Amino acid sequence: MKISTHIYNIGQGLKNVWRNKMFSLASIATMTACIFLFGIFYSLGTNFQSMVKTAEEGVAVTVFFTEGTSQARIDEIGKEISKRPEVANYEFISAEQAWSDYQEEYFGDNPELAAGFADDNPLANSANYEIYLSDVAMQSTLVSYLEGLDGVRQVNKSEVAAKTLTDINQAITIVSMAIVIILLAVSIFLISNTVMVGISVRREEIAIMKLIGAKDAFVRQPFVVEGIFIGLIGSAIPLILLYFIYGRVIKYAASEFNFLSNMVTFIPVETIFKTLVPISLLLGIGIGWVGSRVTLHKHLRV
Amino acid sequence: MIRLDHVSKSYEVGKPALEDVTIHIDPGEFVFIVGDSGSGKSTLIRLLLKELEPTKGKIYINGQDLKKVTHKKIPMYRRNVGVVFQNFRLLPDRNVYENVAFAMKVVESSNRDIKKKVPSILSMVGLAAKYRSRPSQLSGGEQQRVAIARALVNEPKIILADEPTGNLDSDNTWEIMKLLEEINQRGTTVLVVTHNMEIVRTMNKRVITIKKGVVVSDVGGDDYED
Ligand SMILES: Nc1ncnc2c1ncn2[C@@H]1O[C@H](COP(=O)(O)OP(=O)(O)OP(=O)(O)O)[C@@H](O)[C@H]1O
Ligand SMILES: [Mg+2]
Repeated sequence: MKISTHIYNIGQGLKNVWRNKMFSLASIATMTACIFLFGIFYSLGTNFQSMVKTAEEGVAVTVFFTEGTSQARIDEIGKEISKRPEVANYEFISAEQAWSDYQEEYFGDNPELAAGFADDNPLANSANYEIYLSDVAMQSTLVSYLEGLDGVRQVNKSEVAAKTLTDINQAITIVSMAIVIILLAVSIFLISNTVMVGISVRREEIAIMKLIGAKDAFVRQPFVVEGIFIGLIGSAIPLILLYFIYGRVIKYAASEFNFLSNMVTFIPVETIFKTLVPISLLLGIGIGWVGSRVTLHKHLRV
Repeated sequence: MIRLDHVSKSYEVGKPALEDVTIHIDPGEFVFIVGDSGSGKSTLIRLLLKELEPTKGKIYINGQDLKKVTHKKIPMYRRNVGVVFQNFRLLPDRNVYENVAFAMKVVESSNRDIKKKVPSILSMVGLAAKYRSRPSQLSGGEQQRVAIARALVNEPKIILADEPTGNLDSDNTWEIMKLLEEINQRGTTVLVVTHNMEIVRTMNKRVITIKKGVVVSDVGGDDYED
């Protein structure tokens, strides 16, 4: 088709939106709700994931050795650990290191308090490996493996933290997916209805067009434009809303919960929007396109 | 150019609107189709436009079997056929200019061609002054002339006009007839459905008479008597 024809059809499509105000508005509103919720879940999810990641990096499994285990065996165990895929990195903490860490943490300001233990390391038997995981969900597998190793006395883990983090993460994903899918279906349904109303209002015009030699694509194009335009507006509005709301919420959360600030850091709005904007716009255009195509396929057997 | 071979068309089983119609029309002919209301004249036009499929028989246009014109090729086929519909079928939400330009838009003409062609065709049908009026602001005859302008604007090889002068007074009727004759003389095949016997007699063209779906006479102008 010629460019001027496309321009004409785009104009016709926009006219459809306008002539069909009530339906267009209803569709735009649903789309807005859909993309808005999607944006919220996306922001929550991304933030949560980044928190989980930070937390994961902090969740360590500690391996202690049976009394009298030789340094050679300990090194062997270290090699075994390094081979495990769920291990991000690990560190050997000698008894001396453990003791000095302990002193620093508890007697930091008054080193003289620890002086009494100077020659007699109370943590003599606490040499250990501190293992950091690449994925907390894999913790229990690793732990049972470690417990089966020769020379391992005890494995300390933080089961609760690992499980909670994984569970919350999963719950958010599932709930958000479900809601977004439902809203997606509703949006497609509404857009397809809007386009259907447009088609029935213009039935005579379509009939004439076809009788005087319009190609199918020419007849369809304005309706596809209508759907895509609604989708585009319906995703632009929530993005603008989200932009302002997100900024405010993280500012508020940061000031209100600043005791959490070293544990919880929010992803800046720019980073979130770098992915959210293209995804939402594509989603909007996609919904509009699918919605109008579905109807055209059903009601415009040209 | 146009050939119907034993064509029948029934909307409902057992009640044919056209029955065993065989007509040959040569390129460049001017033909009147006459007949009572309900005799099947509009049905014939709709068959020629491939808006309807014949129940029986074959239709050939330019030697091409209409049945074999695929869905994809229908638009290109229809671009060779200009139609004036019986009830005009103008777009009520567009003015005279836009209604005619619409036909050119539909066949994807350039804006330049549209701007050149539409005003000239409108002055040809005597509506240049009313180009901004909506169909509802026009008389029946004026609406009819818009419909004719729309059918002519793409310079089709065949014109099918279903009662193109039904609402016109006699002066306007002659204007339109002269216009159609002029277009015919430039080589366009013209088919005119009409009730107006005075025109049929005066124009002295070939006349096909249909009665209850059957062709009852098909004679050259000189031999026609009603
Ligand atoms: N869509 C339709 N469904 C069923 N029957 C139809 C349909 N269109 C026309 N008919 C019938 O077919 C017959 C021929 O109709 P048609 O419109 O071809 O007549 P016509 O000659 O054009 O009449 P007029 O001069 O009044 O326009 C009529 O009996 C009519 O009732
Ligand atoms: Mg008729």
